[in-house]
Amino acid sequence: MTDSTSPALFEYLLRLGDDRLVLGHRLSQWCGHAPILEEDIALANIALDLVGQGALLLKLAGATEGQGRSEDALAYHRDAVEFRNALIVELPKGDFAFTIVRQFLVSVASYFQLEALTKSAHAELAGIAAKAVKETRYHVRHAGEWVLKLGDGTEESHHRAQDALDALWRYTGELFMGDEVDAALVRAGVAPDPASLEPAWRAQATDVLRRATLQLPADVYMQRGGRTGRHTEHLGHMLAEMQIVARSHPGAEW
Amino acid sequence: MDPEVPVLSVVELGIVRDVELDDAGVTVVVTPTYSGCPAMRTIEDEIVAALGAAGFPGARVRTVFSPAWTTDWIAPEAREKLRAYGIAPPVRDDASEELVPLHRRAPAVECPYCRSTRTEMRSEFGSTACKATLFCLDCRQPFELFKAI
Repeated sequence: MTDSTSPALFEYLLRLGDDRLVLGHRLSQWCGHAPILEEDIALANIALDLVGQGALLLKLAGATEGQGRSEDALAYHRDAVEFRNALIVELPKGDFAFTIVRQFLVSVASYFQLEALTKSAHAELAGIAAKAVKETRYHVRHAGEWVLKLGDGTEESHHRAQDALDALWRYTGELFMGDEVDAALVRAGVAPDPASLEPAWRAQATDVLRRATLQLPADVYMQRGGRTGRHTEHLGHMLAEMQIVARSHPGAEW
Repeated sequence: MDPEVPVLSVVELGIVRDVELDDAGVTVVVTPTYSGCPAMRTIEDEIVAALGAAGFPGARVRTVFSPAWTTDWIAPEAREKLRAYGIAPPVRDDASEELVPLHRRAPAVECPYCRSTRTEMRSEFGSTACKATLFCLDCRQPFELFKAI
């Protein structure tokens, strides 16, 4: 690992970590509010997996940056403009169908991304990925089975699932857009080119969506900006809630 | 002992990978079960406390991620202890290659109470992320399954 790759690696680890931290937080907002008890438990546990993965990745990011920032410092003391998650994960939780369809689309992408990262030249990153990919397989199965139940369900569940898919589709492209950060890491054998993951994602996602009798939206302009800190209006509000306790007591420790 | 499953030790679960002894003292090498497992902090604290009580104060814990923890490392005797405690031990579901199978042909999970295989899954998750919640149609009791990972 050369010094010249470190800034790119730090950026990349923030992207990986923030994707999971933000999505984990969105899922945790269902705790106590899910439609049935079994899903309250499931969503909270998936949130826990994601926050755990996010913490491991942000910890590695802080170590890479080398300025003494722990995973807590990165999670609780950065402003929205410094976050590097894709836009799709910061969108408000919506109804159960929206959460499930978003979870499915993101989990499938995450699965193929983590699978590729298990072969990373960066041993620690590969180790975290080897652990996370197995957990993500369960996330894909859980969300995928619900997509089938909702899409191929009642008129109402189908209609809500379709609305969710239509609203989310324009945010999926960002997951596969690479820039010079990705290019540097591809050259170093550390990370996959995001575009290379799209075919597998598309094949798996469209297979399940079709079986769920859902209509695939037409290709549209894909929203982007999260990777460089240009977020939607939703992230700031979410972080305010997430960070208020830590920020109210600067320097406090558990 | 594992804080959530107090009949099993962290050694039987395969969480403790190695113990190193040098001039600086004892270092216990552990690997986390799940990325978000909230019990890992407690487990680390308890390892240090146990070693302190046994005459090895100041022991350190080092976490490694590779190779990734798998339920395959749970000792056979430990599987029986899980069953006796009311938790079905992990079942390998290698038949399912698909990420989202249309027809789940998972191997039937045996009820740890009455051993019936007429059981159904109620939630992929349970009191902890590593367990699923099932229900036995014969003895009518809910129970948990330690998921294979």
